[in-house]
Amino acid sequence: MTSYADYTTGEPVTDTKAPDGPIAECWDRRRFEAKLVNPANRRKHTVIVVGTGLAGGSAGATLAEQGYHVVQFCYQDSPRRAHSIAAQGGINAAKNYRNDGDSVHRLFHDTVKGGDFRARESNVHRLAQVSVEIIDQCVAQGVPFAREYGGLLDTRSFGGVQVSRTFYARGQTGQQLLLGAYQALSRQIAAGNVELHPRTEMLDLIVAGGRARGIVARDLVTGAISTHVADAVVLASGGYGNVFRLSTNAMNSNATAIWRAHRRGAHFANPCFTQIHPTCIPRTGDHQSKLTLMSESLRNDGRIWVPRAQGDRRPPNEIPEDERDYYLERIYPAFGNLVPRDIASRAAKNVCDEGRGVGPGGQGVYLDFADAIRRMGRKAVEARYGNLFDMYQRITDEDPYEVPMRIYPAVHYTMGGLWVDYDLQTTIPGLFAIGEANFSDHGANRLGASALMQGLADGYFVLPATVNDYLARNPHQEAVTAEHPAVQEAVAGTEDRLHLLLAVDGDRTPDSFHRELGELMWELCGMARTDAGLRKALERIPQIREEFWRRIKVPGSGEEFNQSLEKANRVVDYLELAELMCLDALHRTESCGGHFREESQTPDGEAARKDDTFSYAAAWEFTATGEAPVLHREDLAFEYVHPTRRSYA
Amino acid sequence: MKLTLRVWRQKNARADGAMATYEVDGVSPDMSFLEMLDVLNERLALDGEDPVAFDHDCREGICGACSLVINGDAHGPERTTTCQLHMRSFRDGDTIDVEPWRAAAFPVVKDLVVDRSALDRIIQAGGYVTAPTGSAPEAHATPVPKPVADQAFEHAECIGCGACVAACPNGAAMLFTSAKVNHLNVLPQGAPERETRVLDMVAQMDGEGFGGCTLTGECATACPKGIPLTSITRMNREWLRATRKASDR
Repeated sequence: MTSYADYTTGEPVTDTKAPDGPIAECWDRRRFEAKLVNPANRRKHTVIVVGTGLAGGSAGATLAEQGYHVVQFCYQDSPRRAHSIAAQGGINAAKNYRNDGDSVHRLFHDTVKGGDFRARESNVHRLAQVSVEIIDQCVAQGVPFAREYGGLLDTRSFGGVQVSRTFYARGQTGQQLLLGAYQALSRQIAAGNVELHPRTEMLDLIVAGGRARGIVARDLVTGAISTHVADAVVLASGGYGNVFRLSTNAMNSNATAIWRAHRRGAHFANPCFTQIHPTCIPRTGDHQSKLTLMSESLRNDGRIWVPRAQGDRRPPNEIPEDERDYYLERIYPAFGNLVPRDIASRAAKNVCDEGRGVGPGGQGVYLDFADAIRRMGRKAVEARYGNLFDMYQRITDEDPYEVPMRIYPAVHYTMGGLWVDYDLQTTIPGLFAIGEANFSDHGANRLGASALMQGLADGYFVLPATVNDYLARNPHQEAVTAEHPAVQEAVAGTEDRLHLLLAVDGDRTPDSFHRELGELMWELCGMARTDAGLRKALERIPQIREEFWRRIKVPGSGEEFNQSLEKANRVVDYLELAELMCLDALHRTESCGGHFREESQTPDGEAARKDDTFSYAAAWEFTATGEAPVLHREDLAFEYVHPTRRSYA
Repeated sequence: MKLTLRVWRQKNARADGAMATYEVDGVSPDMSFLEMLDVLNERLALDGEDPVAFDHDCREGICGACSLVINGDAHGPERTTTCQLHMRSFRDGDTIDVEPWRAAAFPVVKDLVVDRSALDRIIQAGGYVTAPTGSAPEAHATPVPKPVADQAFEHAECIGCGACVAACPNGAAMLFTSAKVNHLNVLPQGAPERETRVLDMVAQMDGEGFGGCTLTGECATACPKGIPLTSITRMNREWLRATRKASDR
């Protein structure tokens, strides 16, 4: 057996299906060239959508409005609870309502630059174009965005940009956008166009005749395994941040849908591009089950600092001004507290590593609103951030109006995901991936308020057009029934896996393995990565996996509501995905965006990209569990935004 | 802290349930209530016992999944969601009762998990604006006065947890339904469907087996998002207006 790290290199990806010609005309051309399905024939086509977040909810509703028969799944008891709901800050759009020099091209430029030149230009440009339509759509649905006294929409500026293009609904923008999509979806459920399966989790993908034709799912209430067949499958199942166990993701967010698709042949791109968010509430102890994000909009008015002296344990209010280090303002005078997330996170890690961190274990920095309260008054601060301050106080029992908040970075978002072409189609024909589940738009680092934009762009506008084209070009597919060997094989594999999990009857819980893996990943594949550390992780992960299958204990049976079994099955996939993340991080010996290799930094400690060697997206092909995967490179060409070293100083 | 928990255990929707008693030791005041249950469940799982099933997901107070009646109060003693309740609200040696939402329209699925799909069906009956993708006018075509937008937002904050139903002595879903009716009915975008929305949603609510409203106000007291009781009176006004308009036709 060869070592997992001895990957081989396969054929490069040469065709992303983006139309030729000027980038600003690509999307129009693609839509014009797309074939259409006769409206009368659409109801004969079934499309499966997995997930009901911003991407899945908007896609399901829109496909159903177009006349397709949509079969949709979510593990939650209601589609309204998908984790998009927790997004706080806002959604970007190039409306230029502020007349501050914004434009589609500038949003495109900022996103490519913010992603540290590791995203595909054509996709990003389309995202910027579509952004303006999203705001119109959401307003029409009754999304209660913040407004000015004149009745027009309010905007604010958000991490990493110098224009005010972020639309928001207090600190609950994700909730309000998701409810808009959920309500549109609800309308289609009532109309009989969407068949919804809540509390149902996808456990495998059915590939027949080389095409994605359905899924295997488990009813989380009865435990029944069912198969669902369709003409196309859309994965909108979110990211894989929970590989780290402690993250800002929801407890049940998981990677099973995308990982099972990867095992079936969908390439997985840039798995090491994970985003560590700078403004989260620090952990308090071993009992911690998840981490809570404080919206980075707080950085608009809050000032980040630590004591100048190491080990200064005085309460923050007793530390005089000249003994404080407002380190972001000092190092990056132009952007100050608004530098992109990866830079802010790493800077926080650095000052804590220097022994200047605050709070329990020195794992925290201050986010101080004293100046903002002096400048605009407590009332104005309350209006802007009241709910965030309340949340902080509930969790920490400290009053942020009186004492500075303490924050620390935490895993928040994954830029990597299933590789998709311009049509958001994976390497398996008929399998599409949208939202955080794909890798397409954010490169190596996502800008604030761009996740909501991408989810809705994919779901409302991009995917419905490209699925239409796929179905028009593949009208007569072979019938796939329960007796089809591909279906039987997928069902048998799923049942075997669940039976095995229940049969081991060992002495460790799923969570104990998840905890061990998460701590390893945070330490060795987190904010700073090294060759030695990643090799160590690649040695440990197969050992943990081996131990898992020897010692896992799952009480109860598979034929009932069994949350331990759900969890164990998700950990099985984390234990494989983690290995790919480490390999990807090991092979990319440059630093870029959220991926920081200690070996590749400038003299002043900034990330050093190596464009000559690594200006590509790494799309990995699965071979077998624990066996070296195959790397397919998609070279990235930058015709419009020329790679420069990101400078926020 | 050391606590005694009395937890509702029920194998499935058809089985009978009963309270079971557990001791939990080593509880830190910084733990959330659900993290305390995690500790209990890890121990139960290692002992080969069935862990206590409960709904939870974001643990940030926004998804609306968590749903426990703690010492008789929906979401417990603080005005927040169960997941944002911390053990500092309890004292060493306390005995805590933990039950599922109790309402005729919310059958128990297992232990502390209930079926709240009736709430989704109320939304499906009319809790939306008919605005198919692509049909939207430019966002600034219709200015919305800030007070109106703020009012819509106040009602749109509902997280659909169902605490209002669990707290209501009648098991009514008036606060939930009125929150959505008011969110959409005050906005110009919601105006064309203003009457059908309230009539259809109220009809669905009645058909789901929720109780009638006697304005006891328990719902608004339990609501973690502070949806006000006046939301119900506003919906009643909308319903009367719509009924009158329908009979005028």
